[in-house]
Amino acid sequence: MSAAPPRRLGLALLGTEICVLFQRKRTWAMLLALAAVPVLIAIAVRISSSPRPGRGPAFLDQVSQNGLFVAVTGLVVAIPLFLPLTVGVVAGDTIAGEASNGMLRYLLIAPAGRVRLLWVKYVAAAVFCVAATLTVVIAGLLIGLILFPVGDVTLLSGDTITVAEAIPRFLAIAAYVTVSLLGLSAIGLFFSTLTDVPVGAMAATIVLAVVSQILGALPQLDWLHPWLFSTYWLGFTDILRQPVSWESFGDNALLQGGYILVFGALAYGRFLTKDILS
Amino acid sequence: MTQPADAELAIETRELTKRFGSQTAVNSVDLAVPLGSVFGFLGPNGSGKTTSIRMMLGLIAPTSGSVRILGRESPADLAGILPRVGALVEGPAFAPFLTGSQNLARLDSADPLASTRTRSARVAAALDRVGLAHAAGKKVHAYSLGMKQRLGLANTFLMPRELLVLDEPTNGLDPQGTREVRNLVRSLADEGTTVFVSSHLLAEIEQMCTHAAVMSAGRLVAQGTLDELRSVGIARVELTTPDVGAACAVLATLGLLPEAYVADAAHLVTAPLTGDRRPAAHEMVAALVAAGVRVDSFVIQESSLEDRFVALTGEGFEIVQ
Ligand SMILES: Nc1ncnc2c1ncn2[C@@H]1O[C@H](COP(=O)(O)OP(=O)(O)OP(=O)(O)O)[C@@H](O)[C@H]1O
Ligand SMILES: [Mg+2]
Repeated sequence: MSAAPPRRLGLALLGTEICVLFQRKRTWAMLLALAAVPVLIAIAVRISSSPRPGRGPAFLDQVSQNGLFVAVTGLVVAIPLFLPLTVGVVAGDTIAGEASNGMLRYLLIAPAGRVRLLWVKYVAAAVFCVAATLTVVIAGLLIGLILFPVGDVTLLSGDTITVAEAIPRFLAIAAYVTVSLLGLSAIGLFFSTLTDVPVGAMAATIVLAVVSQILGALPQLDWLHPWLFSTYWLGFTDILRQPVSWESFGDNALLQGGYILVFGALAYGRFLTKDILS
Repeated sequence: MTQPADAELAIETRELTKRFGSQTAVNSVDLAVPLGSVFGFLGPNGSGKTTSIRMMLGLIAPTSGSVRILGRESPADLAGILPRVGALVEGPAFAPFLTGSQNLARLDSADPLASTRTRSARVAAALDRVGLAHAAGKKVHAYSLGMKQRLGLANTFLMPRELLVLDEPTNGLDPQGTREVRNLVRSLADEGTTVFVSSHLLAEIEQMCTHAAVMSAGRLVAQGTLDELRSVGIARVELTTPDVGAACAVLATLGLLPEAYVADAAHLVTAPLTGDRRPAAHEMVAALVAAGVRVDSFVIQESSLEDRFVALTGEGFEIVQ
């Protein structure tokens, strides 16, 4: 009667959960919308005269000289709203979505196990964060290659690196943005254990992401800023310095880890004792 | 695997109670479901059947009381219980955007004891068993109610189980489906699986169960074998004859209390057969014929489960709170 240890962790279930996530039309619609962000930026820059420096989102003025910057500009535009929106939908749906169609009871009877189900759902949401970020980066790089010249990358510090040196930095930026979204995913998971109405959990998660950014913009609240999960969201530009400044990456990872622990524990405490009445 | 000492009961609840706010949905229920039985769980709407089942399966926590399933404590040992139990709770529920077989494969992958290697074969076999082989590749949102119900049943057959808990398994099924469920339950019982089936369809319970329990307004009002439950009711003799007066006289000499109903062409004489006044049928017929009574028909009506059910749960149609 002994199952192999990896199966106890629910790797089989995790596999099917990830397949199910990417079998949903909704997931693809959201990824498509995310891919549209850098594409629209690139097309707008292409058909208009080159924008004056200092106006529009960061890096916009660099796009017409170097197509690789479409990806970075895309992330700058997507991170305040579009990425939290899609992550809020996926994370808010994790438990509440199963509860609303009644499948939660069958997963638990199967038996998925409450702890196992919770972590499998969280990991699947994290996989979506990776997919969402990579979608923006890859769509940005592709459209940049098509519409603009591509060459050596001028960093924020004024140094120049080759395209080959730039690619790992772009991947590091994608990793930074993914990590930035993990805290929000944990919050969404917790909200999802509170209700049987997925839309409620999704909306609460998204609203919180917006509120956190508004609070972060109020100088009167600067004592609060280090604790906001959105504080370092735009800090990935540090990766475009020479030498690379990893400090904000570390601070961000630590902060997001804290959010994962706190909201993971809250979700665990709530879900373990929850009456499944749906 | 070692069997715990008192494993003759598949399900045993002690003073199981669940309160929702001020309402007591399940009130101090002591169920004893013997291993190997087909156990009917009866009760009117809202009497607490589904709530009891949810507590047995660890979906909700009892307010007080305890549950033992297959000799193990629930919910403390759910991980040891649930892989041995298949269940259908309050209707089927599936992801509408997945096909029937994808849904089953997903639920199967949640079972830590289910082998990945044999998964697709087991899913196909379960679908075949409920007659859904042709709809396996169809998205569940395109399933009819009865097809979903069949898929829910298929889910309980994915792995060999020692106990099946079926909450209203024939809900929404066509006559063929209903009969198929009865046959499935019988064949599972023959293989030694204990089946616990809730329903308010008495005829169905009478046809497939060996034991039954009756819930009313959250309380367990009766349980036992079907014969035990029926025997509490009263059997009657019913005969039709043109010689009503003579027939009543004969039955009275046998110690019965006959009543006559004369309506149109039917002349009915009936008398209750209680424990101490129960002559054998052949005695009664012989006495009637000897007295020259022309008997057109003669039946002993055994008490039905329905009589007993109505006696226990009341005639009223209103939901009891
Ligand atoms: N989530 C809940 N909150 C409050 N009361 C509830 C809840 N679920 C069930 N109840 C109440 O508990 C009682 C028992 O409900 P239950 O679903 O167990 O009945 P049932 O016997 O399964 O009925 P049916 O034959 O209609 O399926 C009902 O009075 C119902 O109103
Ligand atoms: Mg019910």
